[in-house]
Amino acid sequence: MHRIEVRLRSELPDPQAQAVLLQVAELGIHSAREVQTARLFFLAGELSEADLDRVARELLADPVTETYSLADDDGQGEGKVIEVHLKAGVMDPVAASTLKAICDMGFAVAAVRTARRYEFHGQVGQDQLATIARRLLANDCIEDAHFAAYTPPESHAGQYQLVVHEIAIRQLDDAALEKLSSDRDLFLNLTEMRTIQEHYRKLGREPRDVEIETFAQTWSEHCGHKTFRSDVSVRDERGRQVEEIPNLIKSTIFAATQKLNKPWCISVFKDNAGVIEFDEQNAVCFKVETHNHPSALDPYGGAGTGIGGVIRDPMGTGMGAFPVANTDIFCFGPADLPMEQLPKGVLHPRRIMRGVVAGVRDYGNRMGIPTVNGAVYFDEKYVGNPLVFCGTVGVLPRSMCFKEVKQGDAIVVVGGRTGRDGIHGATFSSGELTHEHETEFSGAVQIGNAITEKKTLDTIIQTRDSGLYNAITDCGAGGLSSAVGEMGEEIGAEVHLDRVPLKYAGLSYWEIWESEAQERMVLAVPQEKVQEILRVFASEDVEATVIGHFGTPEKQLRLFYTGTLVGEIDMRFLHDGLPRPTKDALWQKPERKSPTVRAVRNYTKMLLKVLGSPNVASKEWIIRQYDHEVQGGSVIKPLIGVTGDGPSDAAVLRPILSSRRAVVLACGMNPRLGDLDPYQSALHAIDEALRNIVCVGGDLSRTAILDNFCWGNCNKPDRMGSLVQAAKACYDGALAYGTPFISGKDSLNNEFQTETGQTIAIPPTLLISAISVIADAGKCVSADLKQAGNVVFVLGTTTAHLGGSHFLLASGKETGTDVPPVDTVGSRRIMEAVQHAIADGLVRSCHDLSEGGLAVAAAEMAFSGGLGLSLEISEMPATGKVPAQARLFAENAGRFLVEVSAAKAEEFAARMEDLACGQVGKVTDTGRLFITAQGDAVVDVEIAKAKAAWKGSLNHKEH
Amino acid sequence: MKPRAIVLRAAGVNCDKESEYALSLAGFEATRVHLFRVIEQPALLDDVQLLMFPGGFSYGDDVAAGKIFANQIIHRLAEPLNKFVADGKLILGVCNGFQVLIKSGLLPWGKADAASANQDATLGWNDSGSFIDRWIRLASDGDKCVFLKRGESLQLPIAHGEGKFLTASKQILKKLRDGQQIVVRYEGDNPNGSEDDVAGICDPTGRVFGLMPHPERFVDITQHPAWTRGQVKRADGLVVFQNAAAYLKSS
Repeated sequence: MHRIEVRLRSELPDPQAQAVLLQVAELGIHSAREVQTARLFFLAGELSEADLDRVARELLADPVTETYSLADDDGQGEGKVIEVHLKAGVMDPVAASTLKAICDMGFAVAAVRTARRYEFHGQVGQDQLATIARRLLANDCIEDAHFAAYTPPESHAGQYQLVVHEIAIRQLDDAALEKLSSDRDLFLNLTEMRTIQEHYRKLGREPRDVEIETFAQTWSEHCGHKTFRSDVSVRDERGRQVEEIPNLIKSTIFAATQKLNKPWCISVFKDNAGVIEFDEQNAVCFKVETHNHPSALDPYGGAGTGIGGVIRDPMGTGMGAFPVANTDIFCFGPADLPMEQLPKGVLHPRRIMRGVVAGVRDYGNRMGIPTVNGAVYFDEKYVGNPLVFCGTVGVLPRSMCFKEVKQGDAIVVVGGRTGRDGIHGATFSSGELTHEHETEFSGAVQIGNAITEKKTLDTIIQTRDSGLYNAITDCGAGGLSSAVGEMGEEIGAEVHLDRVPLKYAGLSYWEIWESEAQERMVLAVPQEKVQEILRVFASEDVEATVIGHFGTPEKQLRLFYTGTLVGEIDMRFLHDGLPRPTKDALWQKPERKSPTVRAVRNYTKMLLKVLGSPNVASKEWIIRQYDHEVQGGSVIKPLIGVTGDGPSDAAVLRPILSSRRAVVLACGMNPRLGDLDPYQSALHAIDEALRNIVCVGGDLSRTAILDNFCWGNCNKPDRMGSLVQAAKACYDGALAYGTPFISGKDSLNNEFQTETGQTIAIPPTLLISAISVIADAGKCVSADLKQAGNVVFVLGTTTAHLGGSHFLLASGKETGTDVPPVDTVGSRRIMEAVQHAIADGLVRSCHDLSEGGLAVAAAEMAFSGGLGLSLEISEMPATGKVPAQARLFAENAGRFLVEVSAAKAEEFAARMEDLACGQVGKVTDTGRLFITAQGDAVVDVEIAKAKAAWKGSLNHKEH
Repeated sequence: MKPRAIVLRAAGVNCDKESEYALSLAGFEATRVHLFRVIEQPALLDDVQLLMFPGGFSYGDDVAAGKIFANQIIHRLAEPLNKFVADGKLILGVCNGFQVLIKSGLLPWGKADAASANQDATLGWNDSGSFIDRWIRLASDGDKCVFLKRGESLQLPIAHGEGKFLTASKQILKKLRDGQQIVVRYEGDNPNGSEDDVAGICDPTGRVFGLMPHPERFVDITQHPAWTRGQVKRADGLVVFQNAAAYLKSS
């Protein structure tokens, strides 16, 4: 391998090196004085010194800013070296592009690899160097660190020799069945293993390995949603059954959608994303996924492939949708967690956060899809299991919302090549993490290549519009096994696994079948259109290969390798054979006394503290790294206001540039309430998502919602109990607000086993995402105050409940259990009234009251608009005796703060007459937020100071 | 007759649709065409008056932003593009498109060429070291560029990681200034550390123009971040495309 080193000219600042130096200091190593970085390229092929020099000079190094050398630079200075090389077989997108570019220059190069080199100056010992490599620079899962110049050998992957393995299970006893499941990482329980055993006893033969793997994958929690489809036996604390719920999801979430029966719902819970009407020609679809376990092990790769994966869901919905927006919601451990409190086997929350943000950024931005909405939550219980939710909205013609695989259609795999990446991803995500997972499951981590996906998308939309295929789906969890298995469910399929294009030789047939390599889609193509579709893909350098056909005489799934039958599965057994389990559920409301916080005369300090607390504070440093405006449809951005840095309630975008119609996107989540009262917590999440929709001008009657449940291990009855509570709230909430669920996903087993055997379970976390369609983007409003002299109203009722509030959190108190109950009926009436007032042009700005309550909402509206605000809190609607601290900071649902021009205040008040509405104050030009309680000042602060507190805690530290 | 424009697509280009839309709003008949089609058949450029290199992450920005796309221009399309410029036609590069123009040599000197490309100027990593999306103010300068008149004040969004304009020497910068090739500068706040606050430059003819900010993302009032405040009167980005259309109609 020829080695080329490229480095910045020494006189230029190197921001990447500066960031590394800062992070090294965070590790407690202060003796490193300076860091230099270099990019390394390794070329295999017949190249002369002059050729290499040309490649380096014209392609690899920037003539203005960089220098290069063709030898290794060891021994040039006194610096200590760390080189980070990808492990063999790990996807390297830069290498792939570089290879193509060198070929464009006319050189014959066989292979390219890349690496990064760091040189540390100062007193850095070998063990410190090892710490820096391990904690900061190299991820063991995918990378190797070397402490001197290293040139990788040219890879000579061994050829694969076909041997068909049978696994003898017919004679196994229960213990042996369980051992088999565990040894092969199948994550199948005893009942399921017995079911498979019984099936093969009837067939009179032993299963082949690929068959067992297919069952494990199709029946995994990730793909089969066993928990949500189970029958639930709810018991009380004495073990008596108090309720039986057949098929939990059918009884709750699906039932609500069926009952609402909205005519504008086109396809719900059937396809890869839920589809609703947009206009007469177009539909929009929305899917939100999680990628938690991979992000825990490799935050950058895990989050990147998370967003890459969810983008393929709309691409594989109906006949294929074009993605127009992404959303992302993250839950991390505390960013300031002391190193010594970090359990063994997990990465520090700060490192996870940086990696996840960068992973979503690099994939989403490269795809050219705006990331428009999101949230970040911090809680100690996410230390072992960070949560990464990614969503994608797509647009597709209404005439293409359905697909049908036809007998004889060619199976065409399009996009990326297949490698060993992500083997066992679906089953892995169905288990708990332990401190040993880092080494055991490195194969489950995948690296994405966004440009492969972008090329695939470009050509798929062309072939869709030319009518060149009958059906499409994405290769997600479970890879080809899942995609072909689902598409061929009704008519069977015959697949020739040796025809699947591979990244490198040596994969066995079952690895090809199960691989979760990224950026692949599967199409069903009529035989007479195969030549044409392959031509279109090739014309834009997208790989597409026929690997078999749909339809077999016995409707079986038949797998071949170089003509030899290697697997044969009965589709009916595969899809319907999974025994539906019964799960025990137990729910007890935790008994905890609600703490009291002593009343004080002035809450200014407390307000500043809450504004700066991690969940409330500005997420600008993340948002700015995402392109939220690409595609040009942005109407309400994630950052708004007079200086473009205030918080927005929801995103609005126009996916069809020539039309005024728009999509509104928002989310709601409150993990702080999940442990206290999962039922109310779920209602709060729904209410918050819908409030956010309404705030910017969304239409409640044309709003659909999505659920994403992230829970602990639901084989434990208490976790199952809280899941049932939340599912019931989803049913009640959807009906109460008239908003159907159209799609959902669950990620269970988010628990972490520490070295000492302690279990850390995440708090029950339900993300509700909402999507609304509106006719005229020009009528939207934003949350920033617009003009001094305008009148301000509070809508919705406040009570004295402070359980789970950020006020208690900032006060350093244990949280109580008095979660404010959601009045869904009252809340819906208020939402509808606000919506109509906005549509009729009565509202100048609108913001919902959520984390931090009225005080935080008022501060955000004021500093976003660069205007002052005077409020009297005794005028806000309240039930019971509500002290000032609750009026300021309670987090009741169903509340809004609305700015109305003085001329229209009377009309607005008249419209709200029957509702909980109070005229609480005025917009001022004083530049101060001034809040009184019966005339006594309780908050008095310059808006600039409030803004500084809000912007302070997370921003600026992260670069 | 409407002037005709091609928006050039390639792997990873992703602002092609809105660029096509902006051109059509300004009176162009615009189509999106893949780079490979133009390489196969350079005659596609014959009846086209404007070629646009839109934003995106061509080839993932692997190696460096725009570098691999530029490498393809240099090795597979240099002659037709050099002729395109010589024929008096217009080239516009936005963001990644600007990076491609700089790295292929079409900017600053109007000629794609392997030996001289990227020697005198480049676009390097932002001082912050990371991608940034925000709105900035621009002021236009010089009388040469057909896309923008002197003295315009514009607000546009930027969205890039590698937008720091750098020249190889003070002499080069002076030559660009003297030649009135510096077309737009950041006003007030320089978001990436560009030399002399440069946000966009043109070639010596004024007909090849590249800039980091995105004019195609501000062709409708509702795209401005503070439009709900009711004070945005003009979609500044549209002006760039309208000026190009007006120039072509008059010439």
